Amino acid sequence: MIRDITIGQYYPADSLLHRLDPRVKISGTLLYIISLFLVKNLWGYLAAALVLAAVIRISKVPFGYIIKGLKAVIILLLFTVCFNLFLTSGTPVFEWKFIRITKEGLYLAFSMAVRLTLLILGSSLMTFTTTPNELTDGMESLLSPLKKIHVPVHEVAMMMSIALRFIPILLEETDKIMKAQQARGADFETGGIIKRAKAMIPILVPLFISAFRRAGDLAMAMEARCYHGGAGRTKMKPLHYHRRDGLAWVAMAAFVALIIASRKF
Amino acid sequence: MSMLNSDNLTFEYIRRDEEGNVESITKALDGVSLEIKKGDFVAILGHNGSGKSTFAKHINAILMPTEGTLYVDGMDTREEEHLWDIRQRAGMVFQNPDNQIIATVVEEDVGFGPENLGVPTEEIWKRVEESLKAVGMYEYRTHSPNKLSGGQKQRVAIAGIMAMKPQCIVLDEPTAMLDPNGRREVIRTVRELNRREKVTVLLITHYMEEVIHADKVIVMDDGKIVMQGTPREIFSQVEKLKSYRMDVPQVTELSYELKRAGMPLPDGILSVEEFVEACGRLRQSGGFGE
Amino acid sequence: MSIILDKLNYVYSPGTAYEKQALGDIDLVIGDGEFIGLIGHTGSGKSTLIQHLNGLVKATGGGVYYNGADIYDPDYNLKELRTKVGLVFQYPEHQLFETTVLRDVQFGPKNLGLTPLEIDLRAYEALKQVGIPDELIDASPFELSGGQKRRVAIAGVLAMKPEVLVLDEPTAGLDPKGRDEILDQIEKIHDEQHITVILVSHSMEDVAKYVGRIIVMNHGRVAFDDTPENVFAHYKELEKIGLAAPQVTYAMHALQEHGISVRTDVTTVEEAKNAVLAAFRGWQR
Repeated sequence: MIRDITIGQYYPADSLLHRLDPRVKISGTLLYIISLFLVKNLWGYLAAALVLAAVIRISKVPFGYIIKGLKAVIILLLFTVCFNLFLTSGTPVFEWKFIRITKEGLYLAFSMAVRLTLLILGSSLMTFTTTPNELTDGMESLLSPLKKIHVPVHEVAMMMSIALRFIPILLEETDKIMKAQQARGADFETGGIIKRAKAMIPILVPLFISAFRRAGDLAMAMEARCYHGGAGRTKMKPLHYHRRDGLAWVAMAAFVALIIASRKF
Repeated sequence: MSMLNSDNLTFEYIRRDEEGNVESITKALDGVSLEIKKGDFVAILGHNGSGKSTFAKHINAILMPTEGTLYVDGMDTREEEHLWDIRQRAGMVFQNPDNQIIATVVEEDVGFGPENLGVPTEEIWKRVEESLKAVGMYEYRTHSPNKLSGGQKQRVAIAGIMAMKPQCIVLDEPTAMLDPNGRREVIRTVRELNRREKVTVLLITHYMEEVIHADKVIVMDDGKIVMQGTPREIFSQVEKLKSYRMDVPQVTELSYELKRAGMPLPDGILSVEEFVEACGRLRQSGGFGE
Repeated sequence: MSIILDKLNYVYSPGTAYEKQALGDIDLVIGDGEFIGLIGHTGSGKSTLIQHLNGLVKATGGGVYYNGADIYDPDYNLKELRTKVGLVFQYPEHQLFETTVLRDVQFGPKNLGLTPLEIDLRAYEALKQVGIPDELIDASPFELSGGQKRRVAIAGVLAMKPEVLVLDEPTAGLDPKGRDEILDQIEKIHDEQHITVILVSHSMEDVAKYVGRIIVMNHGRVAFDDTPENVFAHYKELEKIGLAAPQVTYAMHALQEHGISVRTDVTTVEEAKNAVLAAFRGWQR
């Protein structure tokens, strides 16, 4: 069901990971993603997977809950795997009519699948353990040097956090609209690609109208609560580095070192 | 002391066609003059499209009058330099609970207003705690608003306004999307705030049973004030209310019907208790013995 | 013509930590031409129950039989069932999407693959049934008032010519007059078209005024299933599950407790008026 998409949602729990400074978590996630692309062999993937598993354990977010988020991107995952599997040239290991699988293709497909999976799990772990407001604050703080060149950092960060807040609401709404149109005999399951694309109109139009209505309402509600951009704003939860954040930086440096070392094996 | 003072407030919507020519002018508000005293609980009744929400949006300076004036705590809403003062003093709660909660954690949402006002961090925490306690949602402070019921969401929205320390709360149909339990929760909270914190309340609604405790009821139709008075005065005029697409509580209607059928009951009975009492008196007096 | 629910069970996300029994052992027979009120507080399972009636949600246990046929039979035509059991969701105006009122109402009949003539006939008839004036049929549905939008959305379901019409809180957010207008229209459709109507509502006053049978849901189970008089006689039990009886029912019970003897099996203003007048004439004698 569409409501099962868990990517980008916050999972409330009391863990070390939840308490970490969002700036550390954002930088950490970025570092993790970069290191995934530095990995050269199985050992590296194993290390990256084990570290992620350990971090998930620390986060107290149920493993199954995180895995559920993968369901939403399974098509993308399969597509990448097939693309690499069938279209990589090299030493063939399997041939049948026009299908040809090469050794290089197998390895590429495998490593892309692992990379993507870890990447998605890693970044969703960040959103699971960081409230959108913290995420916004973290982004804002990390990007604040850009303010000097007149990038509206606060506004961009606020937009992101609102988008995250409304994702579950709009997903639920999509589910409702789909059911309502099905009750009027709409059919989303059969037919060719054009027919199916056309069948989306009765869902998309109401969804957009609703999104715009909500946006209008929200803008009014924010103005009514004296929102006028980032200038002169104070913070309820200002960001402060703690000892645990320093430790996290050290752990992250160790991880990157480990990944680079794994390239030598 | 007056909290709100409007004089001949008029607001026109101008609709233009594709070439920019004026197609039609609708008077959403037509010469509204009224005064609301500090500490009062005032209810505005009116059917959908009667202009009551348009009036509410003027109080918060979201809309500006086409003609006439509106003073909020002595400040003219048309003067730009008062904008943030006005919005801080007259907070506003809207109809759809989902579309006014900004944050994904209850306490962060309540802190949003004070953050915008530039309140120091420690003071924000104090205000958030006080406001959440005042609406009875303190134990939900770390919850996600998505998991709350409609009534609870509206109470969080009210706490978000209370944290700005307003003198007046304007509630624009806060219960229209709630179930009966949620409606009772919200109305009880608002009455408490009015009674204990002395906040002026302006409640816009079309549920009759929510206004029977108000100090004053205003009925709007077609952009004008057509009736005003105490709940009893208003609900004594059943036929007139119905002509404005309004209704009365069932027991009020019953008393009215009984009176028309010849029972000498008083006008404007608002509750079951009053009804029973009136019937009891009737049985004893006037020679109607059993 | 009937719907039979046999030991219907529905469990959310079975086998996970979020498992929740939404419906438990529901046994109901909904007869032809009935006007039923379905009440229960938010989360009592009402909305889940009605989505079973047209197969939008599949039960995790038990069966649904429409006119004797098992709707979970692999050969059963669910698409046809959805036209027979018309479901009007809460705030149905949020599903409008076409450029004109008429085209939006035609959406359902078009999906049924009817002839253009039949599609037009049905759309016009449905719009008439809900009281949309002719001059509005070519207007954009988004320019209408809230009450009008809602009626167009209801017409969109009526144009499927359902045998059973299920409405989930059709009056939510409307003003008192708008509420009465919609309910009067639904009553008229029930009387004239002889279709079964199931009205999900939070308003005991509305339910008492229109329906002949009330089904009360609580924690996914049927708590009461009887005539309004009999259901509201249990007003104390109803309060325990977060519901109430109409205000006039309370007024009659209160009179009774004060030693004024009146009929207490009263659920509408009209009935209450007659009850009190009867007692009043008794005192005058």
